[in-house]
Amino acid sequence: MGLLDQRFENGNIIITSMDSVLNWARLSSLWGMQFGLACCAIEMMATGASHYDFDRFGVFFRGTPRQSDVMIVAGTVTLKMASRIKLLYDQMSEPRYVISMGSCSNCGGPYWEHGYHVLKGVDRVIPVDVYVPGCPPRPEALMEGLMKLQEKIRNSSLAQRKSA
Amino acid sequence: MIPQEIHQKLTARFGDAITEAKLEGVHDPFLRVAPGHIREVALFLRDSEDLRFDALMCLSAVDYTKGKLGVVYHLHSMKWGHKITLKVDLTVDAPHCQSVESVWKTANWHEREAYDMIGVVFDGHPDLRRILMPYDWEGYPLRKDYQVPEYYNGMKVPY
Amino acid sequence: MITEFGRVLIFLIIGGVFVAAGLIFARLIRPHRPYPSKLSTYECGEEPIGDTRTRFNVRFYVVALIFLIFDVEVVFLFPWAVVFKQLGWFAFIEMVVFLGILFVGYAYVWRKGDLEWEKPSPRIPRYERGVGVREPEMTPEEMAV
Repeated sequence: MGLLDQRFENGNIIITSMDSVLNWARLSSLWGMQFGLACCAIEMMATGASHYDFDRFGVFFRGTPRQSDVMIVAGTVTLKMASRIKLLYDQMSEPRYVISMGSCSNCGGPYWEHGYHVLKGVDRVIPVDVYVPGCPPRPEALMEGLMKLQEKIRNSSLAQRKSA
Repeated sequence: MIPQEIHQKLTARFGDAITEAKLEGVHDPFLRVAPGHIREVALFLRDSEDLRFDALMCLSAVDYTKGKLGVVYHLHSMKWGHKITLKVDLTVDAPHCQSVESVWKTANWHEREAYDMIGVVFDGHPDLRRILMPYDWEGYPLRKDYQVPEYYNGMKVPY
Repeated sequence: MITEFGRVLIFLIIGGVFVAAGLIFARLIRPHRPYPSKLSTYECGEEPIGDTRTRFNVRFYVVALIFLIFDVEVVFLFPWAVVFKQLGWFAFIEMVVFLGILFVGYAYVWRKGDLEWEKPSPRIPRYERGVGVREPEMTPEEMAV
């Protein structure tokens, strides 16, 4: 049981310092599940390669959802693939995050008008934390998306959300 | 071998199975074959010594609108280096065509794609099911009168 | 004051404390929200089919067994090597006899072919086939909706 997970009403000093340690630990080693589907996968590979290194952020790609923290959906999401993405997202363990990379997974991309087989945006099946626009986004853009996700994790907390 | 000679050989053997031949003009020379005879024509084209069309380059299905469908076969001979195109005419009410999968194995996936996208049913194909769309998709997407469905398995399809 | 064995015991206790503290702390911190979809077996996003218990090639067992036997032989060699000087010729002859018996066993295993990893006609284990390979149960007319 997560004894301290989502239990506390507001932040007190113990939770605040544990929060900062926990969030720092989580954002410094975001193991990504590689989900390259189409052309954005090449840019994701380029980001992971030596010139724009992902490993210096602590990110390296795992093949299985059981061992990963963040799923970078890179590429066109077809309707055939969408049910599998849902199942794979379900099989990730909390805390889990999703980065939607490229315009195909943000909103359907160039297939928005006539694509009968394309899911117009991966946020129709899974909740997305960060959207990285571009077709494909440059490696620097993907890294900015990752840093935005790190900022989001930095501001999260063990305490319960006050909003409904 | 030029297309006229191929046409002569085929008419000599099959007669009225070859319904039309358009061999002049800017397009690729093609021969029109009746749908019930395409398999034996294909077998003859592959096995005859001086024709030897051992490569099916492409098998495509076409929607000509107004209820007419068609299948186009592009053949190539690796031994002699000549090419020919065959066309078969079908209708939406009777979209059945003989399968040439037993003649050229590459037709296996080509015919599955033609079935998936246009709806041409190939008789004699050992494993005719959808290849590009999900297995429980309804409709044939590349037909000219295709309507995109509203929902598929709970996901909204249009933008 | 503390014996040598006592020091080893302290090491063991500290090691156990490290492991236990890590596990307990992780238990406190991590979220635990299971639901059936999350607990399903991973099969690259597809619905899992077939049994996970497949048959392994027996050569893994054979190699492990042979390794175990010769590893125990080497373990016997270690204390003998430490006090070898003081024992003289008798210990040497005795150890040669011991190694000779085990060498006969080694020669037998080698000759029988159990040390070969690649066998000339391997038997590949059969797996249950999945989507895309199974014969379709519906005729094309039924599939055409």
